[in-house]
Amino acid sequence: MSTTRKLTMAQAISEAVAQEMTRDPSVFVMGEDIGAYGGIFGATGGLLEKFGRDRIMDTPISETAFIGAATGAAASGLRPIVELMFVDFFGVCMDQIYNHLAKNTYMAGGNIKLPVVLTTAIGGGYNDAAQHSQCLYATFAHMPGLKVVVPSNAYDAKGLMIQAIRDDNPVMFMYHKGIMGLPWMAYFEGSSNEVPETTYTIPFGQAKVVREGKDVTIVTISQMVQKALVAADELAKQGLNAEVIDLRTLVPLDRAAVLKSVAKTGRLLIADEDYLGFGLTGEISAIVAENLDTLVLKAPVRRLAVPNVPIPYSRPLEQFVIPQVGSIVAAAQTLMKTRVAEGAAA
Amino acid sequence: MPASKQTLLWMYEKMVEIRHYEETMANVYLEGKLPPQIQKGLAFDIGSGPVPGEMHLAAGQEPVAVGVCAHLKKEDTVVGTHRPHHFAIAKGVPLNPMTAEMFGKVTGLGKGKGGHMHLFDPEHKFSCSGIIGASLPPACGAGLAAKKLGKDWVAVAFFGEGAANQGSFHESLNLAALWSLPVIFVCEDNKWAISVPKSQATSIDWVADRASAYGMPGIHVENNDAVDVFEATGPAIERARRGEGPSLIEVRTDRYLGHFQGDPEVYRPKDEVSNLRKNDPIPKLASLLKRQSMLTDVEEGAIVARARQRVADAFDFARKSAYPAAQDALNDVFVAA
Repeated sequence: MSTTRKLTMAQAISEAVAQEMTRDPSVFVMGEDIGAYGGIFGATGGLLEKFGRDRIMDTPISETAFIGAATGAAASGLRPIVELMFVDFFGVCMDQIYNHLAKNTYMAGGNIKLPVVLTTAIGGGYNDAAQHSQCLYATFAHMPGLKVVVPSNAYDAKGLMIQAIRDDNPVMFMYHKGIMGLPWMAYFEGSSNEVPETTYTIPFGQAKVVREGKDVTIVTISQMVQKALVAADELAKQGLNAEVIDLRTLVPLDRAAVLKSVAKTGRLLIADEDYLGFGLTGEISAIVAENLDTLVLKAPVRRLAVPNVPIPYSRPLEQFVIPQVGSIVAAAQTLMKTRVAEGAAA
Repeated sequence: MPASKQTLLWMYEKMVEIRHYEETMANVYLEGKLPPQIQKGLAFDIGSGPVPGEMHLAAGQEPVAVGVCAHLKKEDTVVGTHRPHHFAIAKGVPLNPMTAEMFGKVTGLGKGKGGHMHLFDPEHKFSCSGIIGASLPPACGAGLAAKKLGKDWVAVAFFGEGAANQGSFHESLNLAALWSLPVIFVCEDNKWAISVPKSQATSIDWVADRASAYGMPGIHVENNDAVDVFEATGPAIERARRGEGPSLIEVRTDRYLGHFQGDPEVYRPKDEVSNLRKNDPIPKLASLLKRQSMLTDVEEGAIVARARQRVADAFDFARKSAYPAAQDALNDVFVAA
């Protein structure tokens, strides 16, 4: 019988890494401030003390070099975990990520395994402005060759991290700062939950119905799952039952879970903290649109995401562009009042 | 060329102003961020208070900014780092809109859209970035523009010792030397890249020694001293103005505060900062000025009072300014065609 205890998402991630490092000596970690500091967002807390500098390697500020080195080390039989401190910093090293890590397996006709986990912090909401607040998971999901994992809570984060480390392919593991349970940043408490001490995995491509409902489906991911759950509580007080789907991974994407829920509710709201244009909300909408031969919608699809502007610094501006609990509630209410055009459902 | 009395006094006054600015910001930054005003269980909330988000302060690093900028004209370009206030102040960026930007106000340099790591003042040819190593390429561009326009303007790129391990450092030095651009690359070695000390991140002792690999002068400044920085920088700037190409200068400076405010600094020996402060460059310059009969106690008091007043006025201006309307978030992605 496994013991569980409540962990923050940061603790759950570092525990998963520690357990896999104990099990498999080929796993090691590289990144900036991941050693003595324990990771700026705590994802590697306590690992240096357990495993020492040979396996918990603080790097220079040289992302091209150490992320490229992860690809090379993986091709040579190791299983590196590398941290890009903020996803926004991908700009200095993207060639190594998307032209090499993401493509080498394919270009080698499947003859090269690249078991790399690339961890990175995402998300805004604490006024860190345009270069430190983006989500960008859709950017990485857009480009073939990377699995993209975006947990919303500690339990999922541990199981998904162990799955990621054991996967023989490159995995982007993107954690939102506002659900890590840091002592210096406000967070959604629903993200800290009961986590078993034993190891376990959560398969990729399996979305989770985190709240059942019959009136409207809210498809979301990452911190926005926690906002959607709070919004669903408010909507329930008004007699509106929202079903909340946590996608958990974007690549692979659980299309069936979206279609099944929308078939039940007939109404779809997609809530996303990434940019609106050419992103997650468009992708999910397209999946529904492609299935309208069998699926009946009661109302047009609604999308909530960051309008196509960089994340502004000033608080009123940032709160305006990032969907909030209130905007999810309002969008769901609007959705209940709108109808598809007559004849469309005929 | 030694610094004139006027230059020494200017450097002193600017250092006093910068230090007071940073110390004021350190206090204001904490407003609204501590219990019991924040979410239960938190020790600190980075997103609360009148100045939210990350805050990187430069107390201790004033000599680098003033020693270099004392040579500059308004037409010269400065590109700073994520820790930009000392450079901005020394380059002449007005305190009021700079401070209002950090308060997220509509009167700020970027109407509240940029924040403290992203200060843009085209009139004073100052900009900065939150990305490590991002200052060097645009400084090359400013140098290229000066050359193409036939001006004797120079461009300065400030960066930390940690940034010298980014590709942008190496690419920019090569480009500037290859094209003989009027750029001065100034490395602030404060010994710490967040928690990682230089000795664990950089393969050689002096970043400036890399200059020889790119065919430009590399200059060591051993002491965190405004006069030393000024004297070391002069020949590099004159060389650039003459069209003879770039230089790389490295200054050993000191970071008195955390990487960002709220940094627990678990990585740093407890007595390091108190030892560093024994070599504080501001009283050191005051002593020099007094020894050379360039400053009396009364004049010193007047300089400090003026500097403090400018800082107080700027914070007052920022607090009293209005926030932008929420909808303004949608503007300024593009300029009007």
